[in-house]
Amino acid sequence: MTRFILGRLIKAGFILLAILIFNFLLIHAAPGDPAAVMAGEAGAADEKFLADLRERFGLDQPLYIQLWTYLQGAVQLDLGFSYRQQMPVAELIADRLPATLLLTGVAFLLSLSLGVLAGVAASARQGSWGDTIISTLALLFYATPLFWVALMAALVFSVWLGWLPGFGYSTVGAGYTGWAHALDVAKHLVLPATTLGLFFTAIYMRMTRASMLEVSRLDFVKTARAKGVKRRVILRRHILRNALLPVITLAGLQAGQIFGGAILTETVFAWPGIGRLMFEAINQRDYAVILGVFYISGAMVLLFNLITDVFYVIIDPRIRLTG
Amino acid sequence: MSLLSIRDLCIALPEGADRKYAAKDVSFDLAPGEILCIVGESGSGKSMSANAVMGLLPQGVKPVGGAITFDGQEVLGLSERQMQDLRGRRISMIFQEPLSALNPLMRVGAQIAEVFEAHGELAPQERRNRALKLLEEVGLPDPESAIRAYPFQLSGGQRQRVMIAMALALEPDILIADEPTTALDVTTQAQILKLIENLRQSRGMAVIFITHDFGVVADIADRVIVMQTGEIVESGTADEVLLRPQHPYTRALIDAIPRLNQHDDAEQPARTPVLSVVGLNKTFVVGSGKLFGKPRVVKAVQKVSFELCAGETIGIVGESGSGKSTVGRCLTRLINPDEGRVMLDGADIAHMSGAELREKRRSLQMIFQDPYSSLNPRARVSRILTEGLISYGTPRSEALEKARDLLGLVGLDPSAMNRFPHEFSGGQRQRIGIARALMLDPSIIIADEAVSALDVSIQAQVLDLLADLKTRLNLSMLFITHDLRVAARICDRIIVMQKGAIVEMGPTGKVLHDPDTDYTRSLLDAIPGQEYERALAEAG
Repeated sequence: MTRFILGRLIKAGFILLAILIFNFLLIHAAPGDPAAVMAGEAGAADEKFLADLRERFGLDQPLYIQLWTYLQGAVQLDLGFSYRQQMPVAELIADRLPATLLLTGVAFLLSLSLGVLAGVAASARQGSWGDTIISTLALLFYATPLFWVALMAALVFSVWLGWLPGFGYSTVGAGYTGWAHALDVAKHLVLPATTLGLFFTAIYMRMTRASMLEVSRLDFVKTARAKGVKRRVILRRHILRNALLPVITLAGLQAGQIFGGAILTETVFAWPGIGRLMFEAINQRDYAVILGVFYISGAMVLLFNLITDVFYVIIDPRIRLTG
Repeated sequence: MSLLSIRDLCIALPEGADRKYAAKDVSFDLAPGEILCIVGESGSGKSMSANAVMGLLPQGVKPVGGAITFDGQEVLGLSERQMQDLRGRRISMIFQEPLSALNPLMRVGAQIAEVFEAHGELAPQERRNRALKLLEEVGLPDPESAIRAYPFQLSGGQRQRVMIAMALALEPDILIADEPTTALDVTTQAQILKLIENLRQSRGMAVIFITHDFGVVADIADRVIVMQTGEIVESGTADEVLLRPQHPYTRALIDAIPRLNQHDDAEQPARTPVLSVVGLNKTFVVGSGKLFGKPRVVKAVQKVSFELCAGETIGIVGESGSGKSTVGRCLTRLINPDEGRVMLDGADIAHMSGAELREKRRSLQMIFQDPYSSLNPRARVSRILTEGLISYGTPRSEALEKARDLLGLVGLDPSAMNRFPHEFSGGQRQRIGIARALMLDPSIIIADEAVSALDVSIQAQVLDLLADLKTRLNLSMLFITHDLRVAARICDRIIVMQKGAIVEMGPTGKVLHDPDTDYTRSLLDAIPGQEYERALAEAG
């Protein structure tokens, strides 16, 4: 196992390097001169000022030298400096990271557990009313655009009913501490996390249902029935365990997006996370921040892929023992 | 008094099936300690009748009439809860496919212990000990490690033993065995049959044995039931049914059994080799089965050399894992051999590549075992047949015309062109597979277990077709099979393989009746129904 993980980590390192180089070149291929944007915002834009700016930020260097400088920094987790925010990018990201992780993490766990449960329930009574209702709801969530769900949820639960706060991370100026603060954040979390999780809940549900139905037709399920094993036990021990394999693959893919996939939700609910940082950075051509977010999200995808593979190996002995 | 009594059982198929009843007016009795064989071809309703006893019919298939009385109790009206109590404890079952009948993610020990758990028997620690004893009883080598193994680490025969261990755990009164040896090779089959026979004697257990193999029936049955399209056409003691069959269907089935001594060595074809294989080697490296263990090296083919002459059929026989299929795949370059030469028309195709290989490959065509998975289910027969030829540059219209001709040659209607594979029966699909192989005008056909998945009567038809085509089109054939009876019927010469190497090679009559090696003799001894065959021969 150690050898397996080590091997995968080395591979991941190379992939990450490739991602960095590719992103860097892509950004530089995009039209728009950051010096001009900066100068425009500063209100002065003569040629000399532009040249000064370019020199200060190394923009006058040949591309490969810029790339080399960037890579050197990236290895040490120095992601450059955001001229716009007047802060190191690493600090900016570290600042926003907890909020995003909280939001996407909760959404992830929520959708995975809810989706699998609903999928099991639907498949256990295939063709029944319960199955039809669950499947229809899943299709609805699957087909509805995320931003629309977010807006409607905010409108209904926050504006009309006033049950939940509609935006932000915590109540501004309330000065809560300890459990009161935690509760406050939790309340703020409900709407964005649910909204973000609905789509994946639907996917997990459909996946689990289909996979359960497929596995339940396999021979070993009949063997279990012939042994006199109870239906509930067959469902859990024989069908579900085998049916979860494809769901894990999907969960790994979603977990990889945990980091960068929440731009829409964060924007609608004014959640101070990475997604909004990214959105603002793109608007402002803040290359350093964009690249920094790409870097971290790329690393996350690789990390979660690795974790998924390890999970696979733990669950399926055929991979563990022959791989 | 009979242990199990079935009266006028009717099992309805879902609407839209090709007939209304899976089984109709089925009646039979089973006495304690008796082995009852239910024989019939696929679709005859033999499995359905047995599954009904367990309450394990597929979805949509329901018993609609009659009665099943087990030990004085009516089974058909029982609730699922009551059935669960019966299953595994009083009646247990083993299935055809040992490869898929065990949960791949659970250790063998846990799967056996589950039987006790399901019926609330024994304390958890005791369950393990009993599982160990059972594994020992069914003759698994090294039960201590087998109990910790996952199913994929065991061979097919070993898995079937695990299945039997599970079925025996609670000492049931009846064991229902649904084609339990069909997927196994002869030597393993002989061992499993012996095991079932021993258990019957030591435990007084009654057995319902479902099979399509009359050789097996002859070896183990006390009584026999023959079923055809859902109805019992004949029943009686084993001797009555097997030696003095009354019903024409039974007689047809018995006539279709390939006989070991049914071959003619008379005409030896002119010996001009069309294919010479010299020193073929293929080694697979697979995982060790242990963490950080050394990878296991499997010598699948070792120094295999032989010559195939024009118009000749060579049979390659051996147990599963003997490397016989790998040889066939190496010859067609579906896998690449490590070493050796495969000379076809004076050129070595073992080391060709690209356009050269593509051109040569035409003359070597394969027919595969499974007529269900070897045809693309989404393609019409016309495309399946013409695809190869068109890719070699033949105009479409010409290819279509040829496909139509070939369909006629293999005994199918030209209207088959526009249909999909699922619309055909197993035997018909195999005919399509043969037509597909012939489309490219090959000089050599490699048939890998081409009739193993077919019922005997269909098997006989397909074998006749192959023999006929061979002479008409002047083909040479390499016939890979685990069934020595089939080899006896169609082959001029036989190659016996064991663990990747050729152990014996010679004319069919010599290999089958006067073998040089002990291995060949043990293979021959394991063939079921040999005494029966002699008895039949004597009878006339």
